[in-house]
Amino acid sequence: METTNKFSMTVLSRSANESFVRACVAAFAAQLDPTLEEISDIKTAVSEAITNCIVHAYKEGAGKIYITGELTDNNMLRLKIRDKGCGIENIEKAMEPLFTTVGGERAGLGFAVMQSFMDSVRVRSVKDKGTTVSMTKKISPRFKLNG
Amino acid sequence: MSVEINVTGEVVTAYLSGELDHHTAKEMRESIDLAVELNMPTLLVLDFGNISFMDSSGIGLVMGRYRNLLKTGAQLHIANAPPQIYKVMRLAGLERLAKLERKGENNGNNQ
Ligand SMILES: Nc1ncnc2c1ncn2[C@@H]1O[C@H](COP(=O)(O)OP(=O)(O)OP(=O)(O)O)[C@@H](O)[C@H]1O
Ligand SMILES: [Mg+2]
Repeated sequence: METTNKFSMTVLSRSANESFVRACVAAFAAQLDPTLEEISDIKTAVSEAITNCIVHAYKEGAGKIYITGELTDNNMLRLKIRDKGCGIENIEKAMEPLFTTVGGERAGLGFAVMQSFMDSVRVRSVKDKGTTVSMTKKISPRFKLNG
Repeated sequence: MSVEINVTGEVVTAYLSGELDHHTAKEMRESIDLAVELNMPTLLVLDFGNISFMDSSGIGLVMGRYRNLLKTGAQLHIANAPPQIYKVMRLAGLERLAKLERKGENNGNNQ
């Protein structure tokens, strides 16, 4: 399995960047000729990961969010979204559906959405150092007339 | 992003449009809550027909409105949910809190 394309970008943890980053990732993933549903799934998962950096990791102030994407020759999209924020103490607990450390208007479903809409989601985190969310999604090859 | 409010009798309908994420949720929430506060409806309809994107911030918005409506016993309907939005709502189990209608499913009701 070989990497066929790559990008990386860094944005400040401003909420206006939620739509900016998911649009960028969608445009990058478009090279794999995904369906509209696959594009929506990717945008939603990216939006969850970026929002978590803004709402949780850097709740005390602005910081940088590092995003990298890779395409591989087996039609796979790999994404990494990394922050240098507060970190997650108990990752297993954080990934449980409906678990949230912010009451009120948050549902606690961000990780559940990522897991449901991508093929794999891996979270690594160190308290006070930051968090990296790695996700992959295979894009189904589409039937093409005469190749 | 915008919210248009229509009041008919005891029904408040909020027509939401644009992208619903953490960045836009606060303003949408405030418009909806103001309309509910002013009109005290027995039914709140959230119309998602013109929402082009939604993540779990939208789920939080629906759950928060549901909790507020419980205080007055008012009902909550979600109308015209496009496919991507319907998928996120089903994952969250919103059909347990509100009547959940997909786009093209409402036969002209709630208009
Ligand atoms: N990048 C991060 N840095 C620090 N903590 C995080 C990060 N991402 C998630 N968390 C923690 O994990 C919890 C669960 O995250 P998840 O996205 O599932 O739910 P939420 O963000 O609380 O609510 P929702 O995503 O539904 O709005 C968060 O409440 C937060 O405590
Ligand atoms: Mg979240």
